[in-house]
Amino acid sequence: MAQVSITVNGEQRSADVDPRMLLVHFLREQLNLTGTHVGCDTSQCGACTVLVDGRSAKSCTIFAVQAHGSEVTTIEGLADGDQLHPLQNGFWEEHGLQCGYCTPGMIMSAVNLLKDNPSPTEREIREGLDGNLCRCTGYQHIVNAVQHAADKG
Amino acid sequence: MAASPVLPKLVGQRVKRREDPRLIQGLGTYVDDIKIVDMQHVAFKRSDVAHGRIRSLDTSAAESMPGVKAVLSGAQIAEFVGPMPIGTPFPSPDHHAVAVDAVRYVGEAVAVVVATDRYVARDAADAIVVDYEVLPAVVDVEQAMTGQPAQVHADFENNLAVALVPSGTGVSADLKTIDDSAIDKAFADAEVVVSQRMLNQRLAPTAMEPRGVVAHYEPGKDTMTIWSSTQNPHILRSFIAAMNGMGQDQVRAIAPEVGGGFGAKINIYAEEYVVAGLSKRFGLPLKWTEDRSEAFLATTHGRDILGYIDIAATRDGKVLGMKLRLIADIGAYNMLLTAAIPTLTMMMANATYDIPAIRTTLTEVFTNKTPTDAYRGAGRPEATYFVERGMDMLARELGMDPAELRRKNFIQPDQFPYATQMGAVYDSGDYGKALDRALENASWDELKQQRDAAQAEGRLVGLGLAMYVEVCGLGPSSSLPTGGWEHSQVTVERDGRISATTGASPHGQGNETTFGQMLADQFGVPLEHITIHHGDTGVVKQGIGTFGSRSQAVGGTAIHLAGAKVKEKMAKYAAALIEANEDDLVFEDGRISVKGAPDSGKTFAEIAAYAYVPVPLPEGLTPGLSEEAFFEPANNTYPFGCHIALMEIDRETGEPTLLRLVAVDDAGNLINPLIVEGQVHGGLAQGIGQAMIEEVRYGEDGQPLTGSFMDYAVPRASDLPRFEMDSTVTPTPVNPLGAKGVGEAGTLGSTPCVVSAAVDALSQFGVTHIDMMLRPEKLWQIIHGGQS
Ligand code: FES
Ligand code: FES
Repeated sequence: MAQVSITVNGEQRSADVDPRMLLVHFLREQLNLTGTHVGCDTSQCGACTVLVDGRSAKSCTIFAVQAHGSEVTTIEGLADGDQLHPLQNGFWEEHGLQCGYCTPGMIMSAVNLLKDNPSPTEREIREGLDGNLCRCTGYQHIVNAVQHAADKG
Repeated sequence: MAASPVLPKLVGQRVKRREDPRLIQGLGTYVDDIKIVDMQHVAFKRSDVAHGRIRSLDTSAAESMPGVKAVLSGAQIAEFVGPMPIGTPFPSPDHHAVAVDAVRYVGEAVAVVVATDRYVARDAADAIVVDYEVLPAVVDVEQAMTGQPAQVHADFENNLAVALVPSGTGVSADLKTIDDSAIDKAFADAEVVVSQRMLNQRLAPTAMEPRGVVAHYEPGKDTMTIWSSTQNPHILRSFIAAMNGMGQDQVRAIAPEVGGGFGAKINIYAEEYVVAGLSKRFGLPLKWTEDRSEAFLATTHGRDILGYIDIAATRDGKVLGMKLRLIADIGAYNMLLTAAIPTLTMMMANATYDIPAIRTTLTEVFTNKTPTDAYRGAGRPEATYFVERGMDMLARELGMDPAELRRKNFIQPDQFPYATQMGAVYDSGDYGKALDRALENASWDELKQQRDAAQAEGRLVGLGLAMYVEVCGLGPSSSLPTGGWEHSQVTVERDGRISATTGASPHGQGNETTFGQMLADQFGVPLEHITIHHGDTGVVKQGIGTFGSRSQAVGGTAIHLAGAKVKEKMAKYAAALIEANEDDLVFEDGRISVKGAPDSGKTFAEIAAYAYVPVPLPEGLTPGLSEEAFFEPANNTYPFGCHIALMEIDRETGEPTLLRLVAVDDAGNLINPLIVEGQVHGGLAQGIGQAMIEEVRYGEDGQPLTGSFMDYAVPRASDLPRFEMDSTVTPTPVNPLGAKGVGEAGTLGSTPCVVSAAVDALSQFGVTHIDMMLRPEKLWQIIHGGQS
């Protein structure tokens, strides 16, 4: 067992974990933050995307112990109190989700995308989200959602 | 008295979804999010050979691992989980949930582990050692039909699951008499015949949420609760109850938030039976969550059907007859609906055309692959693909514009209801209207000039067009072994809020929104005052489920009818309270009042409260406002549309790029156009994915070559263009909403029009058909090495 201490959504969380425990399982199983999803086992779908020290990262590719001392933001910590994040709003306004399974990861990737490029073109949005798979939406409304957030953000 | 707000009518509006606030904040609950005290974890050991006999199974290392509660072989599981039932009337081999003595595809379960932790359960499964006598793998479907290189099931000679079934012109419904004269005459009279063998390849449905099950048998109550990532909790309940010797009243099935289904979550799977059976045996809550790698092997695949098509026509483009010989590679076993899916391909062979004679035949074949079952469109995209590619070849052969050839053969608007050669009765349609709209939106004539100009410059640019008609809104009961209806109960609560149940269990379709819109309009109350309950057999008394684009047409109608019954009763209460004639009352803006005199009435909540404490009780009424309705449509619905694609292929690399996709879809009346658009977008992505990048492949030894997202390409955002969408509206007479269903539409027209665009781009190299997918290497060969 290894001791980890991670600031998750602004709160310091410490636990003894199996050294092989993935960050995504630490979040989901230990902290009950089940908004972060698992969609594959080869680090390709992006459903598990969270922010680690402000950058998007696939939490299925990181051991919890590697995140020791980091600041992690999950979908549950994105809104500012009752105030939805502009991307959450964009996804709602533009129907950027159907089953919602890819959505938390998609939103967290988009947060990173807009941080790097606050007014992306459609092409840049599509390429910027290539690490996140969605099987429901055909991506068009997701692109609209990101544009919506960029316009309002 | 405060003035009531004026509520807008919501049906037909782009209302944003009520489901979204929880989902965009990570507050939805999917199966893997469920935790129960004492819950144990289940893992499956799966076969890594395609075909073999199990010589021995050594579980000793697994059993001795700390945290392992139990390890069970297939034979031990078979003591309490019998062979799995199917939902079609075809003969079927015994299918054990966990293989007992033989394995027939890579991924078939051979042993089960129960452990305290999911990591431990997986470690233990890995520690099980299985010794197989490896048998030759049956991989090629046409070779399989000769019984070579082996037989998948001893009792099914030549691997025929369903031996040649004919259908169409001259074939009686009971198959007893077959008259070939019409089809023979069509081909004898033909001036032109085009013929082609086409493969509609195997696909992985790939919902982003893999499957998962939690089962909790409570011995004290003798009840079972099963949570599953399923499209149809009521069907799941029936099968789980029967398998466990329990009554349907003792089993509660819950589909919580479900992360996509696409047809692959209709089937009742081995893992559901095993986890439920083990929970009952151990009296403990158990969970199993599928890994993506498992999903590629253990969740049903889709499509995989060969079509041999012949179209007979005159020189001026009138189609006289069509033959379509179908061979379906269904994999190793019959699942719930496996055998029925290709019959839908036969059923829709008429497509949008008035064809005088059609003959189809269907053969279904066992191979050593993952079983197939429904995948978005389920049988209809296959029919559309074969016929539309065939029509495209005919147009090319005749030198005719592909749109003109279609128009020349359409079933005309005044021919509906139209009885097809295949035994379907199309409810309503105006195919010329959808075609015209698509041609206009695409600027077809200019596009053709642009293509010609680009080709003259040496660029490989092509155009493709496809019509489609599909069968949706599945019912009546004669067409579905589960029953072809839907159920709803609508309750006006004591406080004037509305609860409604639906048996159409959603997994992304947005039923909470669309059904809420309908009730809000029906009762004249705010959408926020309505809750739609679904996906829980403990709350939703009856239901069938969501597949075959039936939620709105069948489930929506059940809600509407139950609502109408409550409304009628509520009007009687209102009439009594405000001393008016019930026929003069209107439900508007949160009030029930005499038409034209809003102040005359009472609030909705006041009437509701009265109905629950009815003093005095109006004559002939009972207390309360809760009514239910079953709705069974008399016929299916037949949505249709036209899709057009523009593609460019890189001469140097063979890489295809889809430049434009123009879609016109007619799903009848639309409740929420925003949601409809989303449904079509998703379908288009899957249809384009099939045409261009998706394919499940097996090696000659039956080893899957596409077992992860590294090898199986689900479309990404950058693979797709911005879709150009439009719709025409031809209501159906089959239900009072006039809604046809739209969940699968996108997968029908897109696939053939994209392939036809590629063929068009490369026709200068003498190619008339290209089998999917459009791999750059294949296209490069055509460009640089002559015909493929
Ligand atoms: S779960 Fe798929 S990338 Fe992490
Ligand atoms: S909304 Fe279902 S996978 Fe994206």
